Amino acid sequence: MSAGIDLDNVVCDFGRFRAVDKVNVNIQPGEFFSFLGPSGCGKTTILRMISGFIEPTGGVVRIGGKDMKGQRPNQRPTALIFQNLALFPLMPVWENISFGLEVRGVDKVRRRARAEELLNLVDLPGAGDKMISQLSGGQKQRVAIARALAVEPQVMLLDEPLSALDLKLRQNMRAELRAIQKRTGVTFVFITHDQGEALAMSDRVGVMSHGKLQQVANPRDIYNNPVNGFVASFVGENNIFSGEVQNAADGFAQLKTAHGAFRARMEPAARGTNVKLYVRPEHMKFSGTPGAENSVPVTITEVMFEGNFISVQAITDTGLHVTSELRNDGSVAIPDVGTRLHVSFDAGRAAILPDSATAGS
Amino acid sequence: MQALFERYGSGLAAAILLLTAFWLLILLILPNITMFESSFRPYLPVVDVGGPKDTYSINNYMRIFGGDVPMSIFGFEVTIAPRVKVFLLTIFYSAVVTVITFIMAYPLAFYLAKIVSPRSLPTLFLLLFIPLWVSEILRSFAWWIILALKGPLNVVLMSLGIIDTEIRWISGFSPVIIGLIYTYVLFMLFPLYNAMQSLDSNQIEAAEDLGSPWWRTHWRVILPHAKPGIASGAVMVFMLSAGSLLVPSLLGSTTSGWFTQTIQGVMLEEQDWNTGAAFAFMLLFVCTVFVTLMMRVFGVKLSDIAK
Repeated sequence: MSAGIDLDNVVCDFGRFRAVDKVNVNIQPGEFFSFLGPSGCGKTTILRMISGFIEPTGGVVRIGGKDMKGQRPNQRPTALIFQNLALFPLMPVWENISFGLEVRGVDKVRRRARAEELLNLVDLPGAGDKMISQLSGGQKQRVAIARALAVEPQVMLLDEPLSALDLKLRQNMRAELRAIQKRTGVTFVFITHDQGEALAMSDRVGVMSHGKLQQVANPRDIYNNPVNGFVASFVGENNIFSGEVQNAADGFAQLKTAHGAFRARMEPAARGTNVKLYVRPEHMKFSGTPGAENSVPVTITEVMFEGNFISVQAITDTGLHVTSELRNDGSVAIPDVGTRLHVSFDAGRAAILPDSATAGS
Repeated sequence: MQALFERYGSGLAAAILLLTAFWLLILLILPNITMFESSFRPYLPVVDVGGPKDTYSINNYMRIFGGDVPMSIFGFEVTIAPRVKVFLLTIFYSAVVTVITFIMAYPLAFYLAKIVSPRSLPTLFLLLFIPLWVSEILRSFAWWIILALKGPLNVVLMSLGIIDTEIRWISGFSPVIIGLIYTYVLFMLFPLYNAMQSLDSNQIEAAEDLGSPWWRTHWRVILPHAKPGIASGAVMVFMLSAGSLLVPSLLGSTTSGWFTQTIQGVMLEEQDWNTGAAFAFMLLFVCTVFVTLMMRVFGVKLSDIAK
């Protein structure tokens, strides 16, 4: 059983500070949805409003179509996994997992059996009698997931649960969380400031900044078609040119900059004189001769070998630093430092974007 | 020890060690050993001290068993020595005081540790501490006045129509219990507060999120975490109550003998320090055994309390 979540114009104020500002989003039943944003952007507040620890100042939170107003966390069909996991250190693992069932009056034999089942599900068979302090970080993580699953929630809420793990474990747990979500079919709402996590695991991502939802889309669209400058620069790297928009037509426009004139896709909201154009480093191509359009002469300043790709830094004659990433598959020649080359990009791969939803709207 | 010398240098570290040793050995252990030794010797005129009559025996300890009075213990009528009766009642009512202070301090400690905003905490602590600025004697007298037959408590209760005739508060053990609770409640509150404050609030939220009603969260999460605090608070309140002399003397009635009063009578009125010492050690010993038993029952280790 899983339920969808509707956030309808949700607002949350702490005194005069607006933590969450008119957020609208419909999370589908069974979806893996991530809220992605820097710390202080309001994503944890959203999670706490869904779980019931904070009442929204305005707007409606619905779970499974039901208005959650006035429902305490212990009355909602949600289970929250805390950032520090908040396992009960004085109970053995199996009592931790079956605590939600104990609350519901399930007898001890059945609780124990259910705990063993869940331990198998999270790949920790036989750990029921251990104490929490005897577990490693990754094992604690699994116990926390099992404890949340035990109450058969319709919605699982995860508050940066992977942030305390080391890199290798974090990557394993990503795949594992995703697999558990697919196996159980429960709606997952995941909070993170790590774009890699959000993009790799989610069906859809909501990018947040200053309490506002900037963009809701699937991971590919978030990366390839960001709607504004905040989303573009928070998720992934960019080369940024600022200038003045000219000749806007058919969703494309000419941007006049100090480094030359460039053509790119244009978001209608991007207007005025101080407008920015964003190009991902992997779309910056080097060539010996000037390209047909969007081409700038540069001098290579640095070549960094990163393993699967090579990061090349260059400087334009007008003094702007640009970065290009070349795949390490032998398809392109790696330039040497000091070489003079032309860098160009496809107009369809670059976008002229407004700054963010905080400005103007 | 090594760290102490490294941190403060040899001069200061030695001074700290010496002062601690002085306090422990000269002011605490030595007088107690002297008392303990004298508790086994008879009370003799000065000329006989050190003479042939001055021999070790447990006669002083046996003096607690003199005489017979009726007493009812859990409905069983027994005859018992009056001093033993006072002794048992002292232990019993000290335990009662400990339980009541716990019941009173637990919600307050939880409120201070987990609910109140950190900004108003200093004010609340100040309010709790202000009564301590007044001496214990004055506070006990204040209760004596409050509880008097024509005192403020009865006047207020009667004017509110809660009671028709004055209640004689100062009779039996109730005023002593009230006085002891008032005097020692903070000794329960602060260990409890410390223990609860160290609990990760996320655990309380996690329990609630898993569907737990508030009472079960307390029973399964908060209370077990606070156990060391409860234990150290309970030990302090129990020991201080059993060893209190002032409150039972001031607020006691004719029927509320406290064993410390018995010891005081033997020592100061009969001038028999040997028997007084014997009684004092008996109280200390039985209280220690009682506390150890209770800790065993509730599964608390001594090292938990030290935390």
